[in-house]
Amino acid sequence: MARITLDHLAHAYKANPRNAEDYALKEINHVWSQGGAYALLGPSGCGKTTLLNIISGLVRPTRGRVLFDELDVTDLSTESRNIAQVFQFPVVYDTMTVRENLAFPLKNRNVPRDRTARRVEEIASLLDLTRVLDRKASNLTADMKQKISLGRGLVRPDVAAILFDEPLTVIDPHLKWQLRSTLKEIHRALDITMIYVTHDQTEALTFADKVVVMHDGAVVQTGTPEELFERPAHTFVGHFIGSPGMNILPCRVEGSTAFVGNTMISLRRVYRTLSDGEHIELGIRPEFVRLQPKGAGLPVQVRRIDDIGRARIARVEMNGRSLAASVPDGISIEGREASLVLDPKHVHIYANGHLVAGEANGGQTS
Amino acid sequence: MTKPLNNRAWFFVLPVFAIVAFSAILPIMTVVNYSVQDTFGNNQFFWNGIGWFQELLDPSSQLGEQFLSSLMRTLLFSAIILLIEVPLGIAVALSMPREGWTVALCLVLMALPLLIPWNVVGTIWQVFARGDIGLLGWVVNRLGIDYNYTGDPIDAWVTIIVMDVWHWTSLVALLCYAGLKSIPDAYYQAARIDGASRWAVFRTIQLPKMRRVLLIAVLLRFMDSFMIYTEPFVLTGGGPGNATTFLSIDLVKLALGQFDLGKAAAMSLVYNLIILAICWVFYTVMTNVDAERERIEA
Repeated sequence: MARITLDHLAHAYKANPRNAEDYALKEINHVWSQGGAYALLGPSGCGKTTLLNIISGLVRPTRGRVLFDELDVTDLSTESRNIAQVFQFPVVYDTMTVRENLAFPLKNRNVPRDRTARRVEEIASLLDLTRVLDRKASNLTADMKQKISLGRGLVRPDVAAILFDEPLTVIDPHLKWQLRSTLKEIHRALDITMIYVTHDQTEALTFADKVVVMHDGAVVQTGTPEELFERPAHTFVGHFIGSPGMNILPCRVEGSTAFVGNTMISLRRVYRTLSDGEHIELGIRPEFVRLQPKGAGLPVQVRRIDDIGRARIARVEMNGRSLAASVPDGISIEGREASLVLDPKHVHIYANGHLVAGEANGGQTS
Repeated sequence: MTKPLNNRAWFFVLPVFAIVAFSAILPIMTVVNYSVQDTFGNNQFFWNGIGWFQELLDPSSQLGEQFLSSLMRTLLFSAIILLIEVPLGIAVALSMPREGWTVALCLVLMALPLLIPWNVVGTIWQVFARGDIGLLGWVVNRLGIDYNYTGDPIDAWVTIIVMDVWHWTSLVALLCYAGLKSIPDAYYQAARIDGASRWAVFRTIQLPKMRRVLLIAVLLRFMDSFMIYTEPFVLTGGGPGNATTFLSIDLVKLALGQFDLGKAAAMSLVYNLIILAICWVFYTVMTNVDAERERIEA
């Protein structure tokens, strides 16, 4: 049980890092509070596994410190930190039974045999492994093996945090849901900090209370799933989260009006601080762009309409830029000509990729 | 509709039949033919039935006694070789580097003994171990140990065993190394997190993952050591006395030295059957273990 603090942490796999390019993990300051369910979301190679391995002690950071509560564990070995980690591919000890697998971490720490046995039974029932306890671990399915890996982490009563490194990669889709809800239940039952690394936004958003989005070795946004959806702090978050991702259009902003090509879009807020050298973009999620029959609104050309199950998404073209827009129920579009209506509350302005707050327009708050 | 028959396949199969017949079946039949006859030279042969086999398998006869003692020597030799080379090979594989330029260096150095022709290996050690001019023999003698592989049976055995270990441990080590390389890093990381000791890592991760290659290594080293001929023939010629006369050496003495074709043929057949039988046991054990695993998995 601990709060985990990352203090000016950075890591480079090269021996003598000089510029930012050399760092696999750029400087990060973050606090994982005790008992939280966190997801570390980002594309492959963004440094999330590196960060995870630093927390578990498999990798020693180039700079900075890792604190568990007040204790500096940067130089402590993996086995002396109270950390459990579940890997991408299930790790089980082939020659042992499930029971022996679960007891292994306790046996290595010389826990008395009767206490070990009790604890193993407890964890097994939590993970629904009781009926396979005496079977050889090597003969079980991937999701069972992954549960065993998880169980080996949970079996230590003093474990401060459990780290998951894309644990559902090799699991069948219909079992993923099951295993993920098992994880949530365990999180609720045991009050353990969980950090879950994934590149799958659905996994991250359904598992975590707080999602940390990483891009190119740096954290770009930390927030609840709603925050990430409604106010992406970076264009990367905008298009990485959501399917389809956020529409991002280069634009010019004057006061409270944005110009995308020749099209004028009025904004809710005033942006005075934007300088000329910055690359200004306008971002809006497809969910807040409605397609209407030709009429009032921004004129666009419809290329196609996809039915993605719960909604219809139109691919449209506006001044040569392609956008995604949602098609409200009951609306049918004839021909190629149509109009777009943007929800001004959800139009965001980005400078060099970062969200610009803007000022409230004439005392109104949005 | 019937499938059109195409007899052209025979053109591909027949040459293989012919080659196998010439290379394997005919020579074996010749041996079988010799094994039931006796000859006094001059290309004159007499029917002897199963006489040679009876004599060979009867330890009270001179031939039987000779065969039994050679067989025991060979089995002992194979056992010693396996007991030394397998653990040593595992140890070498475990201490080899996993990455970096030293890997290539290690692999080349380890492969070197395997590339030397067998009779050259024998010659190298024959000279190397000589008490008068061989570096090893001279040094050992100067250290005050009385060592002479041409005179003392124990010294001869030690020399042959050390030679074989030098020659073949690399093979076991390379096979084990391949097995070790196939273990994903996550296993070692998980073991560290689980607080496993070095010994526990070996027992629970490395050894089980090496099981397959180890079985192959044991099989190969058993067959090779059981059939060893060239190196001891060059090094000791089977001596001193009969101390290092293994089955293969005994067989050649009988066939080419004494020209007892009938006895030698019978002996080769029995020798062959022993190797086949032991390999069959190995094969069955290996496949049964795998089948067992699959049965449980299903």
